[in-house]
Amino acid sequence: MADCNKTLRELYQYLDGHLTEDDRSHIQHHLDDCSPCLEAFDFEAELRTVVRNRCTDQVPDALRNRIAQAIEAEG
Amino acid sequence: MADQATFAEQAMPLMSSLYSGALRMTRNPADADDLVQETYLRAYRGFKGFQEGTNLKAWMYRILTNTYINSYRAKQRRPEESELDEVEDLYLYKRLGGLEAASLGRSAEDELMDTFSEAEVKAAVEALPESFRMAVLLADVEGFSYKEIAEILDIPIGTVMSRLHRGRKALQKGLFDYAVTHGLADEPSDPEPVTAAPATER
Repeated sequence: MADCNKTLRELYQYLDGHLTEDDRSHIQHHLDDCSPCLEAFDFEAELRTVVRNRCTDQVPDALRNRIAQAIEAEG
Repeated sequence: MADQATFAEQAMPLMSSLYSGALRMTRNPADADDLVQETYLRAYRGFKGFQEGTNLKAWMYRILTNTYINSYRAKQRRPEESELDEVEDLYLYKRLGGLEAASLGRSAEDELMDTFSEAEVKAAVEALPESFRMAVLLADVEGFSYKEIAEILDIPIGTVMSRLHRGRKALQKGLFDYAVTHGLADEPSDPEPVTAAPATER
Protein backbone atom coordinates (compact mmCIF):
# COMPACT_ATOMS: atom_id res chain seq x y z
CA MET A 1 0.00 0.00 0.00
CA ALA A 2 1.33 3.35 -1.03
CA ASP A 3 0.16 4.90 2.21
CA CYS A 4 1.98 2.30 4.30
CA ASN A 5 5.21 2.86 2.43
CA LYS A 6 4.98 6.60 2.85
CA THR A 7 4.08 6.24 6.51
CA LEU A 8 6.98 3.91 7.25
CA ARG A 9 9.37 6.18 5.36
CA GLU A 10 8.41 9.01 7.68
CA LEU A 11 8.51 6.90 10.83
CA TYR A 12 11.72 8.32 12.23
CA GLN A 13 10.91 11.90 11.39
CA TYR A 14 7.62 11.35 13.17
CA LEU A 15 9.30 9.89 16.25
CA ASP A 16 11.90 12.65 16.12
CA GLY A 17 9.15 15.27 16.12
CA HIS A 18 10.26 16.71 12.81
CA LEU A 19 7.09 16.67 10.75
CA THR A 20 4.66 19.43 10.06
CA GLU A 21 1.32 19.36 11.86
CA ASP A 22 -0.36 18.25 8.62
CA ASP A 23 2.01 15.35 8.04
CA ARG A 24 1.70 14.30 11.67
CA SER A 25 -2.05 14.16 11.60
CA HIS A 26 -1.95 12.34 8.29
CA ILE A 27 0.22 9.67 9.88
CA GLN A 28 -1.92 9.52 12.99
CA HIS A 29 -4.99 8.90 10.87
CA HIS A 30 -3.20 6.17 9.00
CA LEU A 31 -2.08 4.53 12.26
CA ASP A 32 -5.66 4.58 13.53
CA ASP A 33 -6.64 2.41 10.58
CA CYS A 34 -3.56 0.29 10.04
CA SER A 35 -2.45 -2.02 12.81
CA PRO A 36 0.69 -3.32 11.06
CA CYS A 37 2.07 0.21 10.73
CA LEU A 38 1.04 1.00 14.30
CA GLU A 39 2.89 -2.05 15.53
CA ALA A 40 6.05 -1.00 13.69
CA PHE A 41 5.80 2.52 15.10
CA ASP A 42 5.33 1.21 18.63
CA PHE A 43 8.24 -1.15 18.29
CA GLU A 44 10.58 1.62 17.16
CA ALA A 45 9.39 3.99 19.87
CA GLU A 46 9.84 1.36 22.55
CA LEU A 47 13.22 0.29 21.22
CA ARG A 48 14.33 3.88 21.55
CA THR A 49 13.14 4.01 25.15
CA VAL A 50 15.10 0.85 25.88
CA VAL A 51 18.27 2.22 24.27
CA ARG A 52 17.91 5.46 26.23
CA ASN A 53 17.32 3.69 29.54
CA ARG A 54 20.15 1.29 29.00
CA CYS A 55 22.67 4.00 28.15
CA THR A 56 22.75 5.73 31.50
CA ASP A 57 25.73 5.72 33.80
CA GLN A 58 26.19 6.84 37.36
CA VAL A 59 28.79 9.58 37.76
CA PRO A 60 31.46 8.36 40.19
CA ASP A 61 31.46 10.42 43.39
CA ALA A 62 35.20 10.95 43.05
CA LEU A 63 34.69 12.61 39.66
CA ARG A 64 31.86 14.78 40.90
CA ASN A 65 34.01 16.00 43.78
CA ARG A 66 37.03 16.51 41.58
CA ILE A 67 35.05 18.72 39.22
CA ALA A 68 33.45 20.72 42.02
CA GLN A 69 36.90 21.36 43.49
CA ALA A 70 38.41 22.27 40.14
CA ILE A 71 35.70 24.85 39.55
CA GLU A 72 36.09 26.23 43.03
CA ALA A 73 39.82 26.58 42.47
CA GLU A 74 39.10 28.68 39.38
CA GLY A 75 37.67 31.35 41.65
CA MET B 1 34.52 35.51 36.22
CA ALA B 2 31.34 33.60 35.89
CA ASP B 3 29.07 33.36 38.85
CA GLN B 4 30.15 30.10 40.46
CA ALA B 5 26.87 29.50 42.22
CA THR B 6 24.79 30.01 39.07
CA PHE B 7 27.04 27.76 37.04
CA ALA B 8 27.02 25.04 39.68
CA GLU B 9 23.27 25.20 40.04
CA GLN B 10 22.60 24.93 36.31
CA ALA B 11 25.46 22.80 35.02
CA MET B 12 26.02 20.23 37.75
CA PRO B 13 22.66 18.44 37.24
CA LEU B 14 23.70 17.79 33.63
CA MET B 15 26.72 15.77 34.66
CA SER B 16 25.26 12.27 34.40
CA SER B 17 24.08 12.95 30.87
CA LEU B 18 27.47 14.36 29.86
CA TYR B 19 29.30 11.56 31.62
CA SER B 20 27.29 8.87 29.84
CA GLY B 21 27.92 10.64 26.55
CA ALA B 22 31.63 10.86 27.32
CA LEU B 23 31.77 7.14 28.07
CA ARG B 24 30.10 6.28 24.76
CA MET B 25 32.46 8.61 22.89
CA THR B 26 35.74 7.59 24.52
CA ARG B 27 34.75 4.00 25.36
CA ASN B 28 37.15 4.29 28.24
CA PRO B 29 36.26 5.36 31.83
CA ALA B 30 39.56 7.11 32.55
CA ASP B 31 39.30 9.20 29.37
CA ALA B 32 35.64 9.87 30.07
CA ASP B 33 36.51 11.25 33.54
CA ASP B 34 39.11 13.59 32.08
CA LEU B 35 36.87 14.61 29.21
CA VAL B 36 34.00 15.54 31.52
CA GLN B 37 36.27 17.46 33.85
CA GLU B 38 37.81 19.39 30.99
CA THR B 39 34.36 20.10 29.58
CA TYR B 40 33.19 21.55 32.89
CA LEU B 41 36.28 23.73 33.23
CA ARG B 42 35.93 25.06 29.70
CA ALA B 43 32.24 25.63 30.18
CA TYR B 44 32.85 27.47 33.42
CA ARG B 45 35.51 29.67 31.87
CA GLY B 46 33.28 30.43 28.93
CA PHE B 47 30.04 30.69 30.88
CA LYS B 48 29.62 34.40 30.25
CA GLY B 49 29.31 33.51 26.58
CA PHE B 50 26.33 31.34 27.36
CA GLN B 51 23.11 33.12 26.66
CA GLU B 52 20.55 32.76 29.40
CA GLY B 53 17.37 31.13 28.14
CA THR B 54 19.09 29.00 25.52
CA ASN B 55 19.70 25.29 25.96
CA LEU B 56 22.57 24.82 28.40
CA LYS B 57 22.74 21.09 27.81
CA ALA B 58 23.22 21.60 24.05
CA TRP B 59 25.83 24.25 24.75
CA MET B 60 27.75 21.94 27.06
CA TYR B 61 27.43 19.02 24.68
CA ARG B 62 29.02 21.15 22.01
CA ILE B 63 31.97 21.80 24.32
CA LEU B 64 32.12 18.09 25.20
CA THR B 65 32.10 17.11 21.54
CA ASN B 66 34.71 19.65 20.49
CA THR B 67 36.97 18.71 23.38
CA TYR B 68 36.60 15.06 22.52
CA ILE B 69 37.37 15.63 18.85
CA ASN B 70 40.38 17.82 19.58
CA SER B 71 41.95 15.96 22.46
CA TYR B 72 40.81 12.38 22.66
CA ARG B 73 39.84 11.11 19.28
CA ALA B 74 43.34 11.00 17.89
CA LYS B 75 44.28 8.35 20.42
CA GLN B 76 41.71 5.92 19.16
CA ARG B 77 41.33 3.63 16.27
CA ARG B 78 38.86 5.16 13.90
CA PRO B 79 36.71 2.77 11.93
CA GLU B 80 36.00 3.98 8.44
CA GLU B 81 32.48 4.93 7.57
CA SER B 82 32.62 2.46 4.75
CA GLU B 83 32.69 -0.26 7.39
CA LEU B 84 28.97 0.33 7.79
CA ASP B 85 27.11 -2.32 5.87
CA GLU B 86 23.93 -1.47 4.09
CA VAL B 87 21.10 -2.55 6.39
CA GLU B 88 17.44 -2.63 5.48
CA ASP B 89 14.85 -0.42 7.16
CA LEU B 90 13.06 -1.74 10.25
CA TYR B 91 15.74 -4.40 10.52
CA LEU B 92 15.05 -5.39 14.10
CA TYR B 93 11.29 -5.08 13.93
CA LYS B 94 11.13 -7.42 10.98
CA ARG B 95 13.05 -10.00 12.99
CA LEU B 96 11.93 -9.48 16.57
CA GLY B 97 8.58 -7.75 16.17
CA GLY B 98 6.81 -11.04 16.77
CA LEU B 99 8.21 -11.36 20.29
CA GLU B 100 5.45 -9.19 21.63
CA ALA B 101 2.67 -11.16 20.05
CA ALA B 102 4.23 -14.37 21.34
CA SER B 103 3.85 -13.39 24.97
CA LEU B 104 0.45 -12.05 25.76
CA GLY B 105 0.10 -8.92 27.80
CA ARG B 106 3.70 -7.82 27.68
CA SER B 107 4.82 -4.74 25.85
CA ALA B 108 7.57 -4.75 23.27
CA GLU B 109 9.44 -2.51 25.65
CA ASP B 110 9.44 -5.16 28.41
CA GLU B 111 10.46 -7.80 25.92
CA LEU B 112 13.29 -5.69 24.58
CA MET B 113 14.45 -4.77 28.08
CA ASP B 114 14.66 -8.48 28.85
CA THR B 115 16.33 -9.28 25.57
CA PHE B 116 19.16 -6.75 25.71
CA SER B 117 21.24 -6.19 28.79
CA GLU B 118 22.66 -2.80 29.66
CA ALA B 119 26.13 -3.98 28.67
CA GLU B 120 24.88 -5.17 25.29
CA VAL B 121 23.07 -1.97 24.39
CA LYS B 122 26.10 0.09 25.40
CA ALA B 123 28.41 -2.18 23.43
CA ALA B 124 26.17 -1.99 20.36
CA VAL B 125 26.16 1.83 20.51
CA GLU B 126 29.91 1.95 21.09
CA ALA B 127 30.53 -0.35 18.14
CA LEU B 128 29.11 2.23 15.72
CA PRO B 129 31.63 4.20 13.69
CA GLU B 130 32.19 7.52 15.40
CA SER B 131 30.22 9.93 13.24
CA PHE B 132 27.16 7.67 13.35
CA ARG B 133 27.60 6.98 17.05
CA MET B 134 27.59 10.70 17.83
CA ALA B 135 24.41 11.31 15.85
CA VAL B 136 22.56 8.35 17.39
CA LEU B 137 23.73 9.27 20.87
CA LEU B 138 22.63 12.87 20.58
CA ALA B 139 19.25 12.05 19.04
CA ASP B 140 18.14 8.80 20.62
CA VAL B 141 19.79 8.92 24.01
CA GLU B 142 19.90 12.65 24.68
CA GLY B 143 16.84 13.67 22.71
CA PHE B 144 18.33 16.63 20.85
CA SER B 145 16.57 17.94 17.74
CA TYR B 146 18.15 17.71 14.28
CA LYS B 147 18.91 21.42 14.47
CA GLU B 148 20.60 21.13 17.85
CA ILE B 149 22.65 18.16 16.66
CA ALA B 150 23.68 20.09 13.55
CA GLU B 151 24.90 22.91 15.81
CA ILE B 152 26.64 20.60 18.28
CA LEU B 153 28.49 18.70 15.56
CA ASP B 154 28.89 21.61 13.12
CA ILE B 155 27.36 19.72 10.23
CA PRO B 156 24.35 20.43 7.97
CA ILE B 157 20.93 19.12 9.01
CA GLY B 158 20.83 16.86 5.95
CA THR B 159 24.02 15.19 7.13
CA VAL B 160 22.53 14.74 10.61
CA MET B 161 19.55 12.98 9.08
CA SER B 162 21.56 10.66 6.87
CA ARG B 163 23.93 9.72 9.70
CA LEU B 164 20.97 9.02 11.94
CA HIS B 165 19.33 6.92 9.29
CA ARG B 166 22.37 4.74 8.69
CA GLY B 167 23.50 4.75 12.32
CA ARG B 168 20.14 3.57 13.63
CA LYS B 169 20.00 0.73 11.15
CA ALA B 170 23.53 -0.33 12.04
CA LEU B 171 22.61 -0.22 15.73
CA GLN B 172 19.63 -2.48 15.08
CA LYS B 173 21.86 -4.90 13.22
CA GLY B 174 24.28 -4.91 16.14
CA LEU B 175 21.48 -5.53 18.62
CA PHE B 176 20.09 -8.31 16.48
CA ASP B 177 23.43 -10.09 16.62
CA TYR B 178 23.08 -10.18 20.41
CA ALA B 179 19.55 -11.53 20.12
CA VAL B 180 20.94 -14.31 17.96
CA THR B 181 23.51 -15.23 20.58
CA HIS B 182 20.68 -15.47 23.11
CA GLY B 183 18.94 -17.89 20.82
CA LEU B 184 15.99 -15.50 20.58
CA ALA B 185 16.31 -15.15 16.87
CA ASP B 186 17.32 -17.48 14.12
CA GLU B 187 20.68 -17.02 12.56
CA PRO B 188 20.76 -15.85 8.97
CA SER B 189 18.38 -15.03 6.14
CA ASP B 190 15.73 -12.43 5.69
CA PRO B 191 12.42 -13.10 7.39
CA GLU B 192 10.54 -12.75 4.14
CA PRO B 193 11.74 -12.30 0.61
CA VAL B 194 10.54 -8.71 0.44
CA THR B 195 12.62 -7.03 -2.20
CA ALA B 196 15.88 -7.98 -3.76
CA ALA B 197 17.84 -7.71 -0.52
CA PRO B 198 21.59 -7.80 -0.88
CA ALA B 199 23.02 -11.17 0.06
CA THR B 200 24.67 -11.20 3.44
CA GLU B 201 28.37 -11.54 3.03
CA ARG B 202 30.54 -12.67 5.86
